[in-house]
Amino acid sequence: MTDTMDHSKRRLLIAATTAAGGVAAAGAGAPFVLSLMPSERAKAAGAPVEVDVGAIQPGMMISAEWQGKPVWIVRRTQAMLDLLAKHDDKLVDPKSSVAQQPEYCNNAYRSIKPEYLVVLGVCTHLGCSPTFRPEVAPADLGADWPGGWFCPCHGSRFDLAARVYKGVPAPSNLIVPPHKYLSDTKLLIGDDSKGAA
Amino acid sequence: MDKLKKLIGWIDDRFPLISTYKAHVSEYYAPKNFNFWYFFGSLALMVLVIQIVSGIFLTMNYKPDALFAFASVEYIMRDVNWGWLLRYIHSTGASMFFVVLYLHMFRGLMYGSYRKPRELLWIIGMIIYLALMGEAFMGYLLPWGQMSFWGAQVIVNLFSSVPFIGHDLAILIRGDFVVSDTTLNRFFALHVIAIPLIVVLIIVAHLVALHEVGSNNPDGVEIKKHLDANGKPLDGIPFHPYYTVKDGVGVLGFLIIFCAIIFYAPSMGGYFLEDNNFVPANPMKTPEHIAPVWYFTPYYAILRAVPPIFGSQFPGVAAMGVATVIFFFLPWLDRGKVKSIRYRGPIYKIFLTLFVVSFVGLGWLGLMPATPTYTLISRILAVVYFAFFLLMPWYTKIDKCKHEPDRVTFK
Repeated sequence: MTDTMDHSKRRLLIAATTAAGGVAAAGAGAPFVLSLMPSERAKAAGAPVEVDVGAIQPGMMISAEWQGKPVWIVRRTQAMLDLLAKHDDKLVDPKSSVAQQPEYCNNAYRSIKPEYLVVLGVCTHLGCSPTFRPEVAPADLGADWPGGWFCPCHGSRFDLAARVYKGVPAPSNLIVPPHKYLSDTKLLIGDDSKGAA
Repeated sequence: MDKLKKLIGWIDDRFPLISTYKAHVSEYYAPKNFNFWYFFGSLALMVLVIQIVSGIFLTMNYKPDALFAFASVEYIMRDVNWGWLLRYIHSTGASMFFVVLYLHMFRGLMYGSYRKPRELLWIIGMIIYLALMGEAFMGYLLPWGQMSFWGAQVIVNLFSSVPFIGHDLAILIRGDFVVSDTTLNRFFALHVIAIPLIVVLIIVAHLVALHEVGSNNPDGVEIKKHLDANGKPLDGIPFHPYYTVKDGVGVLGFLIIFCAIIFYAPSMGGYFLEDNNFVPANPMKTPEHIAPVWYFTPYYAILRAVPPIFGSQFPGVAAMGVATVIFFFLPWLDRGKVKSIRYRGPIYKIFLTLFVVSFVGLGWLGLMPATPTYTLISRILAVVYFAFFLLMPWYTKIDKCKHEPDRVTFK
């Protein structure tokens, strides 16, 4: 045995061992990281919820809980609907071109029935739940306020079709969740599949 | 006495007891001109111990469960013997930790303690600071009050604005599609074991690095340049007994303030414990006005100051991230000939003053609702904040420094 060492062979073996060890460590680490993802129970909590909208008075809003988040249902009056078209120039996305709503709600009112707006009550900025301010021109929101939502966290503003105003932190309109009507006043939130409900 | 000596001898043959004690305590030579600003390192260490001890006792009665968490905190406050004291020690300790840390960091800025050869010491310190911000944030969720919930909601959503991976990243952090029981449970695990363990380890690294390069001092000159016949710095004195005694005075002064807060103003008018957090978490309703706890508000104000660009709030989030991370680069941004503010020229003094004004100003604005006027002031102050760092290579270079003394001075 001579004392000349095969350095390239040693380097190769070290590299191969390190690589194999690295793969093994990553493999062993995977279950730990994956355990942090939503559990089966958390995934199942997203089941659709049924809401009776018949009892909402005109101009009023109710909240339902779906997937742990608030869903708002507003029964808009004709006066509210008439005001919606009058401030397009102040909105970021008046025509709802960003897909923040299902296809069947991509209209001027962002709803299936103009009267009822169904929208996720979660600000698209950082997830606060904005405050419902349906009154026209209150002192704190300015004379041109046509009614809508004001987010207390960072000052984002939305109109009564949940469209975001320009110059506020929220980048996009509020999300309209998938929903459908089971009857005239029975609403199902979280499921819009056709056929038997 | 003889037996004790024998025992120590026995241990010392098997473990470097005496030599470690000498190297880090009785024969660690620190500059003799430390002033008031040098209290805060040892105070930070003491607050850490206070937090760990009070925290351990709190876990004995706290329940990390969305159904029971809020009630278990009330149980600690009302029914557990001295529970109210344990909790107020812990909640006051959290805020005082950041008071001490910010003063400790400001000391570094004033005297150039981040400069060569202490770059790594500074970086390790910044890692501790970031880890403690995570620790404080996760701890704040545990009482499961309204501010706990909505604060966590907002901060976790910061991550979801990261391009491409953001959405999944936020789900990974929460372990759910919303902040929920799962989130509370894992934040508890991270808050009581994972992060404290890491923090303790990096504090050890911080001290080892400090003792390797030696402490800086208010004059910003190296005491190792002038050694006596025994190789000890002429301007150095042993940490023990000189600085253990001096730091003891600092500890006493600190504890007087600490106890006054615990006993007379534990919520500090809503700044240490926010009013809304005395209401149980309600995922359906955001409080009228939400703001983070005071030690996060400078960054929060920067976040709010940046408008969305191309329909994404990521620039604001990125600005906030950069505002914290930029401290890491300080050792290389500073091109001044001297370290200490005592010998710096007027330009650095002006910039440092403006930086303090912007930091405190942003901190105040972050507590206020976002009105157009406040947003405008936030934007101006955010620009000042970044200018301090980004213009530093230029203004420290052209600044007219005074002549640095060869040896430390007393002022």
